[in-house]
Amino acid sequence: MRNKRALFVIPYVGWMTLFVVAPIIIVVIYALTTAGGEFTLSNFARMGTYTSVFVRSFELAIIATLICLLIGYPLAYVMAKEGPRFQRIAMVLIMLPMWMNFLLRTYAWMSLLENNGLLNQAFSALGIIDLGNAINGALNSFCAWLNNGLLEWINGLFGSDFLLNTARPTDQTFFRMLFTQGAVVLGMVYNYLPFMVLPIYSVLVKMDNSLVEAARDLGANTTYVFRKVIFPLSLPGVLSGVTMVFVPAVSTFAISKMLGGGTQLMLGDLIEMLFMGSAYNPNLGAAVSIVMMLIVVVCMWVMNRFGEGEEQAVML
Amino acid sequence: MSKELIRLVNCSMAFDDELVLDNINLYINDSEFLTLLGPSGCGKTTTLRIIGGFTTPTAGEVLFDGVRINDVPPHLRQVNTVFQRYALFPHLNVFDNVAFGLRIPKAEESGETKGRKKKKVKIPESEIKERVMEMLEVVSLKGFEHRHITELSGGQQQRVAIARALVNRPKVLLLDEPLGALDLRLRKDMQNELKRIQQQMGITFIYVTHDQEEALAMSDTIVVMDQGKIQQIGRPEDIYNEPKNAFVADFIGESNILDGIMHEDYVVEFFNRKFRCLDKGFAPMEPVDVVIRPEDIDIVPEDEGQLKGTVTAVTFKGVHYDTIVDFKGFKWLIQTTEFHPVGQTIGIVLNPDDIHIMHKSQYSGMFGDYSSYSEEYDEMDDVTLLDEEDDEEDRDHEE
Repeated sequence: MRNKRALFVIPYVGWMTLFVVAPIIIVVIYALTTAGGEFTLSNFARMGTYTSVFVRSFELAIIATLICLLIGYPLAYVMAKEGPRFQRIAMVLIMLPMWMNFLLRTYAWMSLLENNGLLNQAFSALGIIDLGNAINGALNSFCAWLNNGLLEWINGLFGSDFLLNTARPTDQTFFRMLFTQGAVVLGMVYNYLPFMVLPIYSVLVKMDNSLVEAARDLGANTTYVFRKVIFPLSLPGVLSGVTMVFVPAVSTFAISKMLGGGTQLMLGDLIEMLFMGSAYNPNLGAAVSIVMMLIVVVCMWVMNRFGEGEEQAVML
Repeated sequence: MSKELIRLVNCSMAFDDELVLDNINLYINDSEFLTLLGPSGCGKTTTLRIIGGFTTPTAGEVLFDGVRINDVPPHLRQVNTVFQRYALFPHLNVFDNVAFGLRIPKAEESGETKGRKKKKVKIPESEIKERVMEMLEVVSLKGFEHRHITELSGGQQQRVAIARALVNRPKVLLLDEPLGALDLRLRKDMQNELKRIQQQMGITFIYVTHDQEEALAMSDTIVVMDQGKIQQIGRPEDIYNEPKNAFVADFIGESNILDGIMHEDYVVEFFNRKFRCLDKGFAPMEPVDVVIRPEDIDIVPEDEGQLKGTVTAVTFKGVHYDTIVDFKGFKWLIQTTEFHPVGQTIGIVLNPDDIHIMHKSQYSGMFGDYSSYSEEYDEMDDVTLLDEEDDEEDRDHEE
């Protein structure tokens, strides 16, 4: 009986071997060879060149993950506490964008964020751009005043030459939003937010309400109940949400390419370039992929170790 | 001992349009073991939740030490609860579970509350440790403090839940069917244990159960409830010996309940025969319910009996036989230590103090006939079945 049932798993094992295990082996081989096919470690030695790309990728992915968490947790919390009607509506709203292709959604953001795009038109009509210019002007004057007074004195005292920026633009006709780090982070948050909300929601909605009542009964106010009971018990959801946002965010290339416009080179872009584009060097690309993968695996491992106790507790 | 601590005045509770509690009036004394007893859906858990502060009654007042506490949230009440499924925190070990309430910073209760400065005070960790260990000893769980909650048996989890509540030194401990999930042997042990703890700590216990045996064994006072109303309040002996209506008579123990007519004080007629009894104060010729407990009936040879009947079923119960006897189409349950085979015709003798008379009520005619003997009896014994129903009720009433 058992052996017969084991047969059902063969297609999956075959699939995994063919499309997951084999490619990883191929990537490892590529990374350890030269273009001519000889063994080398030089691909990894050149990794230092791309430190800034690594740093930027992880920085933006971490920022996007944190923002997702800050937006997603309260949303999931409210959803779990509300009635089934609200839950259904909220769920549809969260899922709705995901029914449309990811690239199309990102293109839509491009046209929203453009210099003469919808958002800038709205800002201009509402006078927000003028307001921004005015604020910049005021800041410029204030900084100039500081520079000429206090900072001049301090610089004189220490022999330093620290000055504040007084050249903020005051004649903008639009805000530059597209092709900035902010746009890339926005794109990540927008695209990956559901992956943060859903696991947290599913943990919170299953949580036994009597635990909350027990904590209240023992004298805890709402904040204390949240800090000591609800949040610790929802950690498994948070961890899987963080994983599901962080991993795709750190390796994305479409978002950074479309919303960052090449100014925000990330690991995904780098790998794409090395395999498909201008800087063709699949061996180096394979090495970059492996280093990225290792860093992600280590991150996840540390995080899961961190949350292991809670995870077990919730398995109950 | 008999100082009044909690009083419910005209408390009613409705969920949507369904009346769950109907004008409850109840007072609870200090250091008393009071049990709210009734079938699932009778409103006993709702009553407990009102006292705990988890629900606010739609009408009426809750008084604690004479002060109205309707709007006081649970964390500010001097009451702690042991929940039905214990509700232990799965992410904390035994010690931290018990210490949970002690570690919460409390607003200082200094005499003068000048300004709005709420200074929060924490109990020092050394004192917490002392109190937790002391409490673990009370519930016989010393040495378990570092255990994970998942590593405990049901009975041990139960003790942790009790310790967690008691360590805060509440004036009142609320227990919501705390033994429901335990097996029979453990239940009996825990009943004694709970009674011991209650006497040792000298605090009020308010205990919710649907198990009449449990209620009789532990309580100082039993409150029998059904359909959102209090049916009877009294000492266990009074509830058993002098039930107020057919519902109470049937719910507490086994009863044969017959239609009778009260001729005059101390004389009642049923089965076309007059019997002497100890009850008085009924209107002349008032129709009444007559309760006869199965263990009070003496079986005698056919021709010596006041009534004659035929045995239709016998079940061996260990200490006694449950004998079902047909009297002119009405079946009685009689418990005797002697065996009488099916088909035998027997006589019975009723002494005046075996007969208890009750006024007619909405429950008259619903209980006390053992014609459908087996089904009814099984249902009463099936604790798990009742348990599940109760859970559904609870869930419906949340929020």
